Amino acid sequence: MPNFVMSYLGSTVTPGQAGNQFWALMYVLIIFAGVSVAVMAMNWLERKALAHFQIRLGPMRVGPHGLLQPFADALKLMLKEDIIPTEADQFVFWVAPLIGLLASFTVYTVIPFGPSQAVSDMNIGILFMLGVSSLAVLGIVVAGWASNSHYPLIGALRSSAQMVSYEVAMGLAVVSAVLMTSMNASGTGTLSMIGIVQAQQQQGIWFIFKFFPLGFIAFAIFAIAMVAETNRAPFDMAEAESELTAGYHTEYSGLRWSLFMLAEYAAMIAVSSIAVTLWLGGWMRPFPNLLQAPAWEFIFSLFPGLTFAGLAAIAFIGTARMPAQSFFRVQRIGLAVFAALLGFIALLLLVIAVAGRTADTSVAARFREGIDYVYWFVLKVAVFMYLFIWYRATWPRYRFDQLMRIGWKVMLPIALGVLMLTAIVGVIVS
Amino acid sequence: MNPALNSAAATMNTGMAPVATPWFFYALAGAALISALFVITRRNAVHSALALIVTLLSVAGLYLMLYAPFVAGVQIIVYAGGIMVLFLFVIMLVNVERSSKERQFNRIWPVGLAAACALMALFVSALVKGRALFPERLVKLSEGTNTQDIAKALYGDAGRMGQYTFAFEIASLLLLVAILGAVIMTKKKI
Repeated sequence: MPNFVMSYLGSTVTPGQAGNQFWALMYVLIIFAGVSVAVMAMNWLERKALAHFQIRLGPMRVGPHGLLQPFADALKLMLKEDIIPTEADQFVFWVAPLIGLLASFTVYTVIPFGPSQAVSDMNIGILFMLGVSSLAVLGIVVAGWASNSHYPLIGALRSSAQMVSYEVAMGLAVVSAVLMTSMNASGTGTLSMIGIVQAQQQQGIWFIFKFFPLGFIAFAIFAIAMVAETNRAPFDMAEAESELTAGYHTEYSGLRWSLFMLAEYAAMIAVSSIAVTLWLGGWMRPFPNLLQAPAWEFIFSLFPGLTFAGLAAIAFIGTARMPAQSFFRVQRIGLAVFAALLGFIALLLLVIAVAGRTADTSVAARFREGIDYVYWFVLKVAVFMYLFIWYRATWPRYRFDQLMRIGWKVMLPIALGVLMLTAIVGVIVS
Repeated sequence: MNPALNSAAATMNTGMAPVATPWFFYALAGAALISALFVITRRNAVHSALALIVTLLSVAGLYLMLYAPFVAGVQIIVYAGGIMVLFLFVIMLVNVERSSKERQFNRIWPVGLAAACALMALFVSALVKGRALFPERLVKLSEGTNTQDIAKALYGDAGRMGQYTFAFEIASLLLLVAILGAVIMTKKKI
């Protein structure tokens, strides 16, 4: 057994390709736990950031600076009464949140956190991601219908119309990025998520900068369409609270409602990962082909540790600035422990960076590489997560006809044009 | 160390472990059949549509087992993701409550049964007579280049026309005509 487990550590392919069920299961569990924690962190960050945008404090009571608020929320939602309306279609009402959740978590099987840090690498990777994430709309439609109520139905209709419309522009933007993967000697492109990042590595350029401005326009179209796909502000017509109370999940409460929220945030992370993989170089650190020297490699491998050190410093400053009243003593100790924990993680990461600085195939070096890949990927995705919050705080909601007009009459023609121009330029260049 | 794990480690080093086991085939085929039965027996149209989604997804799984990931992906995108959303969209606008209580007004099930039996007979005769047409065993296509192989068959390779380029272009022309027809029929003024 230990041999079976250890034999994978030196491998350079994903557990799915190696046929190693144990590590595949491990990766699934790690990703599931990681995404759940990320959703909780995102929940806290969103409330805090939105509050600061609006010159409020946001959650402050549960834990220092409201850090324990997500846990309190989760507990509250689990203890709440689970109401199923009498007139609702019982079975469909029950199954609807699960459809959305399954769809948004299934796509994580092909997200490449690194060249071997993914559950599996499929030949049809990006197609699989688009297909499965488009299944999420079924959950929303069915939830709206099963509630047997007006607002949910209208919300579901809006949402399905919106998601079907923006999927078209999104797909065309993705195709123009896939076209760019075929700009190599053999002229064969790839749909595999890992293959797409490797194509960017070989061509020495992120696809966002390729054939400037074509890559950038395709990326911008995807970045707009993905906000609409996930029903987030300013395109959150499906759950516009000023018009539809809460849209498709009006009748849901307690744990079922929280499953919808979990699915929504998981889907946000998933689409951001697609954007990062296709246009922003996936797991690659900045300038991997220009700053190739081992010294640069070492400097960049210090980043994960330094990030955590920075977070620990912020937490320590927060501890020091805590009011010196006996009322805050527990919070103060808690924040200090949290800061110490972050500092410990930072120290651990720095030790790994130093221990694994040689570019050989020892376990420490492989481990250090893996941490670097995951760190850069997660950092890029985190930028998108912050953008989602920023959009929500900045832009007013669109009207539904405006939304449809932008989708069909602006984004679709531009996406088609970019696709054709990319193909033409590609033929001329190669 | 026990021999089973040893052999597992050995397959891991040599490459793909076999995924296409009979167990998966029977599970997927069973799911497809049972959900297909639900499609025609449920009175509520939304339940039928949901069962149809399960059928389509199981069939996508069967395609995966036949080493055709591209077809499986397209099946999910086009049928389960696209067409079924439109189905649900239309069904939701129909008053399901009333239509489920209505009596079935057409009485043509003998004709339907006869048609189904004829189709079954056709399949069985194709299976019996055309045994030579089918490969002896499961053809293991190279899964890693499946999409690229399909692209070469459809669009050609290195300047030559592909095997199916003509048929593919004719089919796309047909679909274009259908789209234009739909737009012209629904829009009075363009």
